[in-house]
Amino acid sequence: MISGVLVIFFVLAALAVLGAVSLILQSHPIHSALSLILVMVSLAGLYLLMGAEFIAAVQIIVYGGAVMVLFIFVIMLLNAGVEERTNFSKLATFGGIPLALALGGIIAAAIARSSGHLPPPAASGAMSSTRELSRLLFSEFVYPFELTSFLILVAILGAIVLAQREN
Amino acid sequence: MSEILAKYGFLIVPIIKVAILVFVVLTLDAYLTWLERKVIAHIQARWGPHRVGPHGLLQPLADGIKFILKEDPMPVGVDKKAYFFAPFLTLMLALTSLSVIPFGPDITIFGYTTNFGIADVNISLLVLFAITALGVYGIALAGWGSNNKYSLLGGLRSSAQMISYELALTLSVVGVLLIAGDFSLKHIVEKQAGVLGLLSWNIIGFSKDHGSFTQIIGCICFFIAAIAETNRVPFDLPEAESELVAGFHTEYASMKFAMFFIGEYTSMIAVSSLFTILFFGGWLSPFPNSWTLTHYLPSIILVPLGLWVFYDGTRYETILGRIILPGAGAVFTALGIALFLFPSVNELIQGPFWFFGKVGAVLFFYIWMRGTLPRFRYDQLMDFGWKFLLPVSIANVVLTSAVIMWRMK
Repeated sequence: MISGVLVIFFVLAALAVLGAVSLILQSHPIHSALSLILVMVSLAGLYLLMGAEFIAAVQIIVYGGAVMVLFIFVIMLLNAGVEERTNFSKLATFGGIPLALALGGIIAAAIARSSGHLPPPAASGAMSSTRELSRLLFSEFVYPFELTSFLILVAILGAIVLAQREN
Repeated sequence: MSEILAKYGFLIVPIIKVAILVFVVLTLDAYLTWLERKVIAHIQARWGPHRVGPHGLLQPLADGIKFILKEDPMPVGVDKKAYFFAPFLTLMLALTSLSVIPFGPDITIFGYTTNFGIADVNISLLVLFAITALGVYGIALAGWGSNNKYSLLGGLRSSAQMISYELALTLSVVGVLLIAGDFSLKHIVEKQAGVLGLLSWNIIGFSKDHGSFTQIIGCICFFIAAIAETNRVPFDLPEAESELVAGFHTEYASMKFAMFFIGEYTSMIAVSSLFTILFFGGWLSPFPNSWTLTHYLPSIILVPLGLWVFYDGTRYETILGRIILPGAGAVFTALGIALFLFPSVNELIQGPFWFFGKVGAVLFFYIWMRGTLPRFRYDQLMDFGWKFLLPVSIANVVLTSAVIMWRMK
C-alpha cells in the first residue's frame, strides 16, 4: 500500500540524499552550500511529515536561513573560486572507504533487523504543540537547556574577543 | 454539487483559491507600481505616468508587454545555475509566503465552509518567517551569479542586512505571541476581537479579561525591520542606484528582471498583511460590534467614489478616457448599491474590506516613506539594526512578559 504520505517521504528523502551527494561532488563552494540548503529544507519537510511542525519551521529558520546565509556570505566575501581536484589520498583510500562501507553496513543491518516493528515516528500530541515543547524545555530539560545557552554565550564572547584582538 | 464538494473539496477548493490569489496578487502588484509612481510623482510635484490610458491606468499593461518583448542578454562569465535560478526563487518564495495569510474570517459559500486564505496552519507565523528567511538567497545568488562587482556588492549587502534585521523582526513579534499564546495568525486576530473595537487591537492592547499589553514598541520595531527585510527605501542598500548602478539586479533584463520586481512587490504585500494581522486586528472592524450601521461603510465609500469618477471621466481629455472612466464609475456605483441591497453579500465582504483597507494604508505608508526619506548609509544601517532595534525589541519582550505575569496574578 502506497499512501500519499509515503510518496512524499520518499521524494523528500531522495532530495536530502541527492543534496548530500551533490554537496560533496560540486566543485564550487557556493554550489556545495546550495546543496546543503537543499538537504536542510528536505529534512524540515521530513520533520513536518512526522508531525513536528515547530521543529520543521525552526529547522528552516535557523539552519536553512540564518546559518546557511552566513556560510554563503563568507564564501561570497572571500570570493572563493573553484576548488582543485586532488587524487584520493592514501588515507582516504585505505581508511575512508572501508570505514564508510562499515558504517553503511551497520545502518543497513540496524534497519533490516528492526523492520516490521519500527517505533512510530513521532510522539505526536506531546511534542507537536509548541506550548508542550516549551513546558518540557523549562521543567524536565531545564539544565541541558541552560547549559546550551551558557555554551552559546561563551561562543559569542569568544567571537567578540577574537574580533577585538586586531584593533 | 455539494456531494462532489464534500468528497473532493480538499483538492478542488485550494486549487481554485490559489488561482484566484495569484491572479489578484499579480494584478495588485501591477497597480501598486502605478500607484507608487503616481504618489511619488505628486510628492515631487510631477504628473507621473499619464500617457498610456486615462490617468496612466494602462501603464502597467504597457510595462508588462515591454517586459515580455525586451531583449534578454546574458553577460559573459555568469554562473548559469545561480543566474537563472535566482529570479525564480525570489518570485516563488514571495508568492508562497502569501499562502498562510488569512485574509478574512471563515466563509461559507454554497454550504461549503472554508478558511479565507489558502492554508490554515497552526504555526502559520513560523511558516511565514521560514519562507522569508529563505528569501535572501534569491538576492544573494543573483548578486554573486551575475559576475559583476556591483551586483556582488549588492548581494553581500543584502545578506548582511537580512541577517541583522531578521533577529529584530522575529523578536518584535514575541510580545504579540505572548498575548495570543499561539502561532496561528487566525488565532492572533481572533484574540484581538473585543466589544471595544480598535481599542483591543494589539497596538493599543486595552482589554479587561486576559493578559494584554500595548505592543506599540513591537509595532514600530516590526515595521522598521520589515522595511529592511523587503529592501525598501530608506533601507534599499542592495540596489542603491547612486552607488551600485542597480545592485543585485544590474545584469538582469526583461522577464527575469520583472520576476525580481514582482517578487519585491509581492513581499511588500505579504509583510503589510502580516503587519495588519499582528498589530491592527487583521480583518476586524475598528468599530464596536454593536455599531451595525458601519457595515454599510463599503457602500458609503463606493457610491460617491463611483459618482465622482463618472463625473470626472465625462470631462477627460481623450475619447478613450471619456469611455473608460465613466464606465468604471458606473461599475463602482452599481457595486455600492448592490452591496446595500444584498445584506448577506455585504456581511461576507466585511472582513476582506477591512483587511485590504488596512493593508492598502500600510502600502501607501511604504510609498510615502519612499517619497520622503533619504537612503541610510551602510554603517548607519548596521549600527541602527544591532545597537538600537535589537535591544529595544528584546526590552519589549521582557516588558511584555513582566506586565502579563503581573496582570495574571
